[in-house]
Amino acid sequence: MKPQEHTASAHNFEECMKCTICTAYCPVVPVNPRYPGPKQAGPDGERLRLKDPYFFNQALKYCLNCKRCEVVCPSGVNVADIIQSARIKYGKEQPKLRDWMLANTDFMGHLARPFAPIVNGVTGLGVTKTVLDATLAIDKHRTFPKYSYKSFEGWLKRRSKEQAKFEKQVAYYHGCYVNYNNPQLGRDFVKVMNALGYGVQLLDHEKCCGVALIANGMSQKATKNAVHNVKALQKAVDAGLKVLTTSSTCTMTIREEYPGLLQVDNSGVRDSILLATRFIWQLLESGQAQLKFKKDYHARIAYHIPCHLEKLGWGIFSTELLKMIPGVEFTLLDSNCCGISGTYGFKKENYEASQAIGKPLFDQIKSVNPDFVACDCETCKWQLEMSTDYAVKHPITILAEALEY
Amino acid sequence: MRFDTVIIGGGLAGLTAGISLQEAGRKVAIVSAGQNAMHFFSGNFEDAGPVRDRVAALFAAAGVRTNATDGLQLMAMGKFKNVSLTLEDVTVFPDEHIAEKVLLVNFAGYHDFFGTFIAETLENLGISCRIRFVRLAEMESLRTSPSEMRSVNIARMMDEYWEKVVTDIRVLHKDEDLILLPQVFGLKDAAVLDKIRKALPARVAFVGTMPPSVPGIRTQMLLKHRFEVLGGTFLMGDEVTSAALHEGIISSITTRNLDTVRLFADHFIIATGGFFSKGLVSTPTQVYEPLIGLDMDYSEDRNAWYNEEFFESQPYMNFGVKTDAELHPFKDGEPIRNMYAIGSILGNTRKEDFGTAAGLAIRTAFAAADAIKGGNV
Repeated sequence: MKPQEHTASAHNFEECMKCTICTAYCPVVPVNPRYPGPKQAGPDGERLRLKDPYFFNQALKYCLNCKRCEVVCPSGVNVADIIQSARIKYGKEQPKLRDWMLANTDFMGHLARPFAPIVNGVTGLGVTKTVLDATLAIDKHRTFPKYSYKSFEGWLKRRSKEQAKFEKQVAYYHGCYVNYNNPQLGRDFVKVMNALGYGVQLLDHEKCCGVALIANGMSQKATKNAVHNVKALQKAVDAGLKVLTTSSTCTMTIREEYPGLLQVDNSGVRDSILLATRFIWQLLESGQAQLKFKKDYHARIAYHIPCHLEKLGWGIFSTELLKMIPGVEFTLLDSNCCGISGTYGFKKENYEASQAIGKPLFDQIKSVNPDFVACDCETCKWQLEMSTDYAVKHPITILAEALEY
Repeated sequence: MRFDTVIIGGGLAGLTAGISLQEAGRKVAIVSAGQNAMHFFSGNFEDAGPVRDRVAALFAAAGVRTNATDGLQLMAMGKFKNVSLTLEDVTVFPDEHIAEKVLLVNFAGYHDFFGTFIAETLENLGISCRIRFVRLAEMESLRTSPSEMRSVNIARMMDEYWEKVVTDIRVLHKDEDLILLPQVFGLKDAAVLDKIRKALPARVAFVGTMPPSVPGIRTQMLLKHRFEVLGGTFLMGDEVTSAALHEGIISSITTRNLDTVRLFADHFIIATGGFFSKGLVSTPTQVYEPLIGLDMDYSEDRNAWYNEEFFESQPYMNFGVKTDAELHPFKDGEPIRNMYAIGSILGNTRKEDFGTAAGLAIRTAFAAADAIKGGNV
């Protein structure tokens, strides 16, 4: 018999040696006893599911897909991918109306935006929250992110001629959040890129990256979006453009989840999709561009690294950029999931777990008492602003505010 | 990205070297491919003798208290081991007669703590040992899933419910002069250990469990926190993909996550661990170091790798990367003059100079950090 030289298995699950380090670092395990933990839900469960799909456990839906299990695994097992793939393959639960609404971020944004002042007013009301809680099981402690009356795409389209004048160009995958909820972040990004000598252009129609669709059991729709986005991205890459992003989760989804979970080939575009912080850091570090900062800028900033950014391994670009700004007093917060995990924390059944997961982080922010918190993730921002008294700003917004002009 | 020193591996050796260098004002990055063998740590810094005070000082600054007493540690499987430096969780006994009568308390349903082995050892020494179990209503939720009743999960609950356990133990306690408990307390803060010691009517000793090790995880988290507070960069979940080696000097490395952004440094330390951590890899035909392909100190005859008597010392435990007197590893017969190999990647190849296990990790970590601080490339 020839001994087996190497093992090859989906998401490396055969490499698991049952050390339970993933379970020790899973943020859900300590707060939700119904969740079997990443080792059991992932590689252990996979063995059983391969025997018989009967062993699929609905409790896998409690996985946040935060990827912390993968970051800590000493054996290179993609634990969260195993769990999410199992949900896609064996999950039969039909998404509820609530999940459908939470997951279709672009559709809901499209619908709500023209009526933004009314929608924002109504969703902010106590009575609406009570109704949403009772009818849709969206927890009443949650405040819906505000919708913007004007979309970012419209704003940038009106400036396309002026942006085209820059000799150097980048494309921007802004994501649903910048388009519908926080166009200011997009405007800050354009301001910083212009200061670096780059014009910004939109992709030829982007769609939602699909992360919330995957999380809510709508992987077919997510796959459609992925196929569309890869085409749109390829067009920009073929034109010689880098595609920059400001959302760490959209970036992780497009780079990692498209091939890993949705089996959508992104090899032609993957290396060209970069977080703006990484691109900007490289420009400044190599001396290809400079930024002029205000002389009197001063801020005490505490930085929270989002789980998906830690998975990408690119948090260092955000922290290095922030430390580069004169007048910044920088504190790195301990790596700890904030608990919201996209749409997860909005659901009534997850509210308590969500707050318990984030508690050590909320406590640390309070004890550091910064002027504000810096973070690259929109849903972490919602969670931290709902759960602490501190404002949360994207590193790009902080750069824009610290620029001299 | 430029650093003074880049350390590959974020376990005990890598973090000790990293903290030592950051304390001296050096700019250090640690690249860590997942968590490490600290999660299996018994709390005993075997062979740390010569650097005992240095370790205690470095760890104390990180909030990790140690116990520098010569004596015996009662191990998880009921054996005694000589110690000279341990984490504070470990009770050090002057000799094997640890008590007249022992009450050993475990949690009902917790299978990673072998009270019967320990009791057998003690009975053979003429020490009576009574085993009792406690069961808390609050812990019943842990029993719903097979992977929940583990040391880490119990420790999390104990931060909140330790007083209830103490109350139960007081009821169980008769006239024993020693109470043994599993090491499942104080995942984030060891303060609870002292509280329990004070609240019980006899001496208390905490005995190791099967992995994961609660004291080990706490120590890992505190050391990493200390390294980052000192300004160190910890790249978690990333792995080295290549090294630019030219004429015996490494100028930079690449990693999977940072791909085109190279990490440049004057010095490199490789602390990627042994077989468990994949710092060393074995196949049916060879044993090798996977990142750089460093020269190995091992026998190519596979039959010489192992001893068929399972419980005898195994020759493969001696395998490691080859180094010179200054811990520089070799590549294709030439030393890499700005790289140091430390910790379990050495196997037992430097046993005479640096000891083994956790002692090897910290002693080689200090040796490498000192050489770098001394400025010799």
